[in-house]
Amino acid sequence: MTATSPDGYIGRSVPRREDRRLLLGQGAYVADLVLPGMVHAAFARSQLAHARIAAIDLARAAAEPGVAFALDGAALAREMPPIGGMQVTAPKGWAERVEHRIGLPPQNLMASDRVRYVGEAFAVVCADSRYTAEDAIEAIDVEFEPLPAVVDPETAKEGEILHPDIGSNAVAELHVEKGDVARAMAAAPHRIRRRFRHHRYAAMPLECRGVAAEYDRRTDSLTVWSSTQVVHWVRKELAAALGMAEEKVRVLAPDVGGGFGGKGHVYPEDLIIPYLARRIGRPVRWVEDRHEHILNAAHSRDNIHEAEIGFDDEGRILAFRDRFVVDSGAYSPVGAGVAYNTTAHLLGPYHIENFSGTTEMVVTNKTPNAPYRGAGRPEATQVTERLMDIAADALGMEPAEIRLRNMIGPERMPYAVGLPYRDGVPMTYDSGDYPESLRRAVDEIGGVEAFRARQEAARAEGRWLGLGLGCYTEGTGVGPFEGATVKVDASGKIVVSTGACPIGQGHETVFAQVTADAWKVPIEDVVVLLADTSTLTMGYGSIASRSTVTSSMAIGDASDKVKAKVLAVAAHLLEASEADLELADGRVAVKGVAEMSVTLREIAAAAAPGWLSRRPEGSEAGLEATSYYEPPTVTSAHASSASRTPAGCGSSAMSRCTTLAGWSIPGSPTARSRAGWCRVWAARSTNRSNTTSRASC
Amino acid sequence: MSDTRSVTVTVNGERRTGEAEPRLLLSDFLRETLGLTGTHVGCEHGICGACTVHVDGEAVRSCLMFAVQAEGAEIATVEGLADGETLHRLQQLFSKHRALQCGFCTPGMLMTALDLVRHRPDMTEAEIRSGMAAVLCRCTGYEGIVHAVAEYASGGEA
Repeated sequence: MTATSPDGYIGRSVPRREDRRLLLGQGAYVADLVLPGMVHAAFARSQLAHARIAAIDLARAAAEPGVAFALDGAALAREMPPIGGMQVTAPKGWAERVEHRIGLPPQNLMASDRVRYVGEAFAVVCADSRYTAEDAIEAIDVEFEPLPAVVDPETAKEGEILHPDIGSNAVAELHVEKGDVARAMAAAPHRIRRRFRHHRYAAMPLECRGVAAEYDRRTDSLTVWSSTQVVHWVRKELAAALGMAEEKVRVLAPDVGGGFGGKGHVYPEDLIIPYLARRIGRPVRWVEDRHEHILNAAHSRDNIHEAEIGFDDEGRILAFRDRFVVDSGAYSPVGAGVAYNTTAHLLGPYHIENFSGTTEMVVTNKTPNAPYRGAGRPEATQVTERLMDIAADALGMEPAEIRLRNMIGPERMPYAVGLPYRDGVPMTYDSGDYPESLRRAVDEIGGVEAFRARQEAARAEGRWLGLGLGCYTEGTGVGPFEGATVKVDASGKIVVSTGACPIGQGHETVFAQVTADAWKVPIEDVVVLLADTSTLTMGYGSIASRSTVTSSMAIGDASDKVKAKVLAVAAHLLEASEADLELADGRVAVKGVAEMSVTLREIAAAAAPGWLSRRPEGSEAGLEATSYYEPPTVTSAHASSASRTPAGCGSSAMSRCTTLAGWSIPGSPTARSRAGWCRVWAARSTNRSNTTSRASC
Repeated sequence: MSDTRSVTVTVNGERRTGEAEPRLLLSDFLRETLGLTGTHVGCEHGICGACTVHVDGEAVRSCLMFAVQAEGAEIATVEGLADGETLHRLQQLFSKHRALQCGFCTPGMLMTALDLVRHRPDMTEAEIRSGMAAVLCRCTGYEGIVHAVAEYASGGEA
């Protein structure tokens, strides 16, 4: 047995557990799974943005050689309910604190009477190979009656109504404010109003999506492999849609080739493929090709902002008003959380007393809109930071100076923002020195004065140099919860399972580090089980950059419960007081008497039920516990970055001022948890490849 | 489209035969017919490079070649790099330099890097960057990949 690292594993660079199999080509992604008797699914997808399906006939397709089954959207809709328009429901506190009107459309699993975006599926074929399934798709007889396509979000309300049941293409409106923005804006010596467009993005992981499913008739149960970040969500939606007990549905994410948020919600195919496996009694695999992925996997962002600030001669922002429209595409599967996330991050690191944010979500004939990296935050930062630059320019002030004048100083921490976060809790920035963060970033590129001198000299030679600054404060570690089960198995190994679904972050390694330190065991003695609903009753998943923090907290809490039991059993075996015992190197020993010890394996055997059990009288058998960590709300992270051009030959520096130690939420975690956050953050930093300061050329 | 041909190739030193329709891509022949799923398919139109293998010693995007075109060829895939339990030196360097995260592009990265270094053992860092840009990685930001390939190149062929 390897000795425990004296300094622990968190904060140290350790080899990744994932690497070996991935380097050998032995990873297993959904497309690599081969199930006995498996058929391959292919979808017929709309090539029109908006059209009525006048007629569809699958007879020719179904008769193609090698075809096992063919189904159209209307037939499926008779057997499977649509998927809800709000997979993440609005938290209670949020609903009370944010004015809102939300009527997001549910989505039929496949289009049944009309198609609403290019790429929307309207039929599916299962065949003995993907090639023959695609041949059969070509043989589908379908007649479309084109409808006018709604493409401009700003005039969407006047366009053809996409969802007659909703009655309007404006499907949600959100509003929050603080102070008196109308009065403050009117009274401000200077006002600037600008329009900002944040275009559409797509996550574009190297592995497209994919789903495979197998139905077991004997036990009436389903096993589903999906390239997803949220196995427990998929199970919940699937069990509900099929009317099955959740325990009869097992969802796993095998190796996943990136996600970036794009695999962070339940897609129709997550439900259709298992349905087909049960319906036809054969395993079914669908592997999204890149063409499908580009058209059909969720897009993100796509906002148009009309923003206005009022400020005084000193550059102090007195009022900030933003009204923006979100182009949701044909559906917004995750709900209004991303749109509100933009509003919640508009104030960023600045103290602005009067603010108003209004959001309108509209549907258009485009690919559905869902979270992608940042999930609403970059949109906010673009608006606020551009306004800072424009105001600085208007006043002839340095862009860094106007930011420093408006930043929340360390003396104001903790700082109540005056707006609710998307979890419904009033936002409080816990700690940090934002001005110092910006000063450091600017210093890293040589300071403003030196830059201006270089800029002037370059301009004399006909070259134009630019200086870019970007500052933000973001909420991190969002709830609602994450779960973990921790046990000591019969071999004495620590086995942890959690709801996190790795997509390349190195979770197997991270949670092994966290667990090894919690138990003071060599990292080799930790078994990490991830992305498998059969290992944890309730989990949430890997979205919103939250897994290391939320899963680690759950692992820590569950470990504490099991360790208490381990010590009780060890005290019984050693006939010693628990207070005299310590846990280290995979054994419990009497402090200072190394030879008086029992190994975790011996303790596990003693704690087991049965004739050979040697646990204390009256105690429960087994060494296992589950914890659900529910963060009271988010913590705030901040970064300032500075870069100078010309592009390709510039240098940039990012000064990160992130303090997760300074919780300031009433009734928030104990000192122990706070330490946990810091240590978890350290682990996360170690396993991220980005550096906080970079200079090139 | 059910006419098939028998295709025989030597993959990682082993002679393998499979039935292939003329339209079957080499990538699908390797993965579905021969079960060598280490070669990944990311785009099916020659952009991403994840499916890169060596055909008769040269790097090839296996999604841009039909299986029947590979008749009689010597093919090397990621599965053939390690020597038993021992990782190839480039594989070790990828791990050392954190040159992979989700691992999906990694087989294509490895096969591309080996081909680059064999042809151009004295590449500058800029040339490595340019060469490795032939394969798309969405996770790492390439820094680790460039460092791994540079160290491999500086040490010559393993």
